[in-house]
Amino acid sequence: MRTCRSGGILIALALAGWLLTAAVASAYTVYVTNEKDNTVTVIDSAKLEVVKTVKVGQRPRGITLSKDHRWLLICASDDNTVQVYDARTMDFVKSLPSGQDPELFILHPDGNPLYIANEEDNLVTVVDIEKDAVLAEIPVGVEPEGMGISPDGKLLVATSETTNMAHFIDTATNTTIDHVLVDSRPRFAEFTADGTQVWVSSEIGGTLTVIETSTRKIVAKIAFKIPGVPQDAIQPVGVRITRDAKRAFVALGPANRVAVIDTATFQVEKYLLVGQRVWQLALTPDEKFLFTTNGASNDVTVIDVQRLRAVRSIKVGRYPWGVVVARF
Amino acid sequence: MRRNSNEQPNRGFSRGIASLLLLLLAAAAQLFLVASVFGQVPASRGSVHTDQMQRIAIVLARELRDVPPPFSLLDVRPPDDGVAGARLAINDNNTTGRFLKQAFTLEVVESGKPEELVTGVKKQAEAGVSLIVADASAQTVIAIADALKGRDALIFNAGSSDDRLRDRDCRANVVHTTPSRAMLADALGQYLRWKRWQRWFLVRGTEPDDEAFAEAVRRAAKRFGSKIVEERPFKYEVGSRRADGGHEQVQEQIPALTQKAPAHDVLVVADEGGLFGEYLPYRTWDARPVAGTQGLVPTSWHPALEQWGATQLQNRFRRLADRAMRPLDYDAWVAVRSIGEAATRSRSAAPADLIARLKSADFDLAAFKGRKLTYRAWDGQLRQPILLATAKLPVTVSPQPGFLHQFTELDTLGIDKPETNCRAYAQ
Repeated sequence: MRTCRSGGILIALALAGWLLTAAVASAYTVYVTNEKDNTVTVIDSAKLEVVKTVKVGQRPRGITLSKDHRWLLICASDDNTVQVYDARTMDFVKSLPSGQDPELFILHPDGNPLYIANEEDNLVTVVDIEKDAVLAEIPVGVEPEGMGISPDGKLLVATSETTNMAHFIDTATNTTIDHVLVDSRPRFAEFTADGTQVWVSSEIGGTLTVIETSTRKIVAKIAFKIPGVPQDAIQPVGVRITRDAKRAFVALGPANRVAVIDTATFQVEKYLLVGQRVWQLALTPDEKFLFTTNGASNDVTVIDVQRLRAVRSIKVGRYPWGVVVARF
Repeated sequence: MRRNSNEQPNRGFSRGIASLLLLLLAAAAQLFLVASVFGQVPASRGSVHTDQMQRIAIVLARELRDVPPPFSLLDVRPPDDGVAGARLAINDNNTTGRFLKQAFTLEVVESGKPEELVTGVKKQAEAGVSLIVADASAQTVIAIADALKGRDALIFNAGSSDDRLRDRDCRANVVHTTPSRAMLADALGQYLRWKRWQRWFLVRGTEPDDEAFAEAVRRAAKRFGSKIVEERPFKYEVGSRRADGGHEQVQEQIPALTQKAPAHDVLVVADEGGLFGEYLPYRTWDARPVAGTQGLVPTSWHPALEQWGATQLQNRFRRLADRAMRPLDYDAWVAVRSIGEAATRSRSAAPADLIARLKSADFDLAAFKGRKLTYRAWDGQLRQPILLATAKLPVTVSPQPGFLHQFTELDTLGIDKPETNCRAYAQ
């Protein structure tokens, strides 16, 4: 009886605690790489304030978290390395071998290995992040950049900026199995949560290509039109799709807007005005907020996902590039 | 550096260069040189969509022109100026081509004699090679174009900024990757307007090319609301470029030659041959910046451009050529990449298909300038942002903010559709 009662109290307390945190926005930690400053800005997602700014390696760009969110991984492009930091303390842990000029990477859904795009070598480098070892190098097209991985981890997509292809890679054999031609300068690849589609942005082409994963057929090509914005200033880069696969957000670079796309119809619902040269995007784990890095205006825009409105802009370092949100 | 399968084409090139055919010709020691360059194409990986290997051959036609040595040792022209840019693009095309079973080759045809060059190119065209990148004078480009008239051939002018080639003397089988003088002068004119340096003291050389650049400058002044307060022809006996002495006299001469000019904000110099322009900065009578063919220079490319991913191209180039990438290298790279892009998109190696694709409204090229590059439908000129740079760094990029256009801001640079006198394209 006693244990049961105290268990009940604990549950009640836990419930109260949950209600309390749910009432205010959940507090997460947002990390932003500042390409020009060689720093990472750490932001509290509830207060929408900068907590601290931490010096990291040179020209930090791509950023991600280990599966357990213990480690923060950063492409230090000019140091030709991927740096690992303790995500809570921001203490340096180690450097991973990465190949020349790492720009973007993606972690296997199981937490290992890490797939890194090496622009200079036309390679995707596969790295074991526990053993700090290069497992494989996969030749792809000229200047690989965007990296996406299917939720089951079986299929990797690397986009090559000058070859203009999405290269499909079988992660079991680390070999390319197909190449899909997309519009000029593909920058980013994002799978839907169910893995049936991969969305690829083309920065110079100004479009977004939706590819069916199983057939590698192009199912949609999405173009953008914004009154008052020159067509060649619309340059899609970062892409995020909500877990329910209903909405996609696309950063449009110097158009200074994020496009909101209905994934069922592939129609643009809305353009949200953000900072200048919007580059990468990250959703909070509860998907209530979207953070955008705005390279040319040195800030981050916070978008309320339900209301589809920009609610805050937060000053960060110079040329913010990548962004990731931790569960804590 | 680590081993990299994509370096194989480079090694193929160096082997290819060994196969040189030298023909010594009569009077002058003019060289007619053919270097067969075949990139080695790695076996295709993964699934491809065509069954047979498609081969796309490109000729680089170089007119070896007599140019005096430059003032600065930093500006000594490398022997492979332009060629290295074309080769890099061949490598890039082949990296893409291995996924589509397309292989690109480059053949360099060189001569100091225009007639010989034309004959060499014609021979190539008769053998089926009809995609030509030309680094030649305007006159020679026209001669090549006329020699290939009626064929499925396309010439990429990468070496002449002459406006005439895009205007009255345009040819339907020529497109231009190098910017015209009008584009260069407009790019400078917009920036000077943006700076509100609107009173220009124009100092020009006496060569026909200098007059042509000066004419582009006059046009830019008029278009963007600046005023040329005085135009002063500059006759300067250069003499020997290399001498132990020199600065003592120049220091006295340049102030004297630039004094008593009306009040001006900037000295604009038109000296395409580089005969005196480099002497102007820091020596003029009035303390004014120098821009134009020297000083702040409009250009298609700069070896220190790092924006828009250009660092990757610069690094790739340096690995291939062991030197910095120059504007001619870039203009040739753009030409060969345009062909590659047309082949990728059309999935064809037939010149007629490639040319149709290149000239279609759907064609665009990503070329490290921050926006798509396309060819103008009225004169074949490549639309592109123009850098304004000093020797060390780019300063800005035109079009400048505020210069608007109903279709694309890039058309605020150079001869726009309503102004063109190019009739070959209209037909």
